[in-house]
Amino acid sequence: MIEAQDNNADAICAVAPMGLLAELTHRCPLQCPYCSNPMELERSSGELSTQDWVRVFQEAGDLGILQVHLSGGEPTVRKDLEEITQAAVDAGIYTNLITAGVLLNKDRLAGLRDIGLDHVQLSVQHVDAKLADKIAGFKGGYSKKVEVAKWVKELGLPLTLNSPMHRHNVEYLEEIIEFAVKLGAERLEVAHIQYYGWAFENRNSLIPTKDQVYRNADIVDEARERLKGVLSIDFVVPDYYAVRPKPCMGGWGSQFVTISPTGKVLPCHAAASIKGLEFDNVKDKHLRDIWLHSSAFEKYRGTDYLPDPCKSCEFKEVDFGGCRCQAFMFTGDAANTDPACAKSVHHKDLLAIAERESKEESEFLYRKFTSQREPAE
Amino acid sequence: MNSQRLIIDRDTTPALKSFVKLRHDKGRDRWIILAPERILTPDETAVEVLKLCDGKDSVGNIAGSLAKTYNAPVDVIEKDITTMLQDLSDQGYITS
Repeated sequence: MIEAQDNNADAICAVAPMGLLAELTHRCPLQCPYCSNPMELERSSGELSTQDWVRVFQEAGDLGILQVHLSGGEPTVRKDLEEITQAAVDAGIYTNLITAGVLLNKDRLAGLRDIGLDHVQLSVQHVDAKLADKIAGFKGGYSKKVEVAKWVKELGLPLTLNSPMHRHNVEYLEEIIEFAVKLGAERLEVAHIQYYGWAFENRNSLIPTKDQVYRNADIVDEARERLKGVLSIDFVVPDYYAVRPKPCMGGWGSQFVTISPTGKVLPCHAAASIKGLEFDNVKDKHLRDIWLHSSAFEKYRGTDYLPDPCKSCEFKEVDFGGCRCQAFMFTGDAANTDPACAKSVHHKDLLAIAERESKEESEFLYRKFTSQREPAE
Repeated sequence: MNSQRLIIDRDTTPALKSFVKLRHDKGRDRWIILAPERILTPDETAVEVLKLCDGKDSVGNIAGSLAKTYNAPVDVIEKDITTMLQDLSDQGYITS
């Protein structure tokens, strides 16, 4: 139970990130239209090698990173996932596999467990098989996921179900919670999707109404009380219906770091959407040096750069002005206050868009390498 | 499997669940609890309690041994650690 962590005691650790999102690949058999990957997906030919990742995890452990999310795309696409996981385990990092499950078999999962994988997070699109497969753009996905969830439990691994919420499942939250309990999950994430990248492109076919979101909040409150000690539930509302912005990433360049499939080191997984930022690559520099000195991290670190209304706001050190990517999308300057904040002059625009588009209908632009559509106006 | 809430009392023999790890974070010189998507920073007292939660000793025994170590009233300690463990259990981190 108690394990010593053999990191070099180092003053760097005091300012080191705690979490690492490792996007091992952008390849994925699913095509969810709200994928959090960037619109410009990185091709497999440029992906980091096994040895690159092994070195990155050594550097991450030395730096003081405590948790890694092995994600994608679909991380199990990588045939070297075992060696990559082993490197993270060897570095003393808590390992979380974020998977769609559809490519897994029980032997591979058992192998990952034996290597020391700590936790599995499995995505579930809907409790209705047909709708689930339609959202993911992948036939048979739902039934495979149920099977994978059973394997996870049979192998004694802890399970989180992750059901991103939007218009097409927002009315099924109670069923999703029951589904999680039935499968023996310890945790359920029912975060409403945020509208960046693919989700932004698909916003008018995904965004629910404000009433729907707030009814969800009531359902979660009731379920948390009823399921204490049985199921933990994480719930997040979409920014468009929030009053206060989320403390994005716990502060830019403060707690988390993302590494893209080709090795770009990002302050958050959507940071590439901010034009003008330059990202260093783990192929060229030590992760520690990038964390401490990369211009992309330095630019919005802390709160000194924030203009009003943040500058004079009492919550500045609580929410750090919200999300830089969203500020950029709506104001053209990532240094501005996130329009999710009611104090932003753009806040009313955000709400108006949400209210209008929650009544629209449109076909999904599925997430795939070949998808193209003229950008929304 | 985990279909019922665990209620902690003096006879419970608590342990952290297998996937919840109490570790010393050497770089930051503090103890941490690593759990799925969570990093908790327990205070010194909680760390002392959790180090004794081996799934064999009861809450009553743990309170007794802490009372001796810290020369403090056992009933107060038992009440405090029961509350603390119940809270951790309700977050899904404790088994018995």
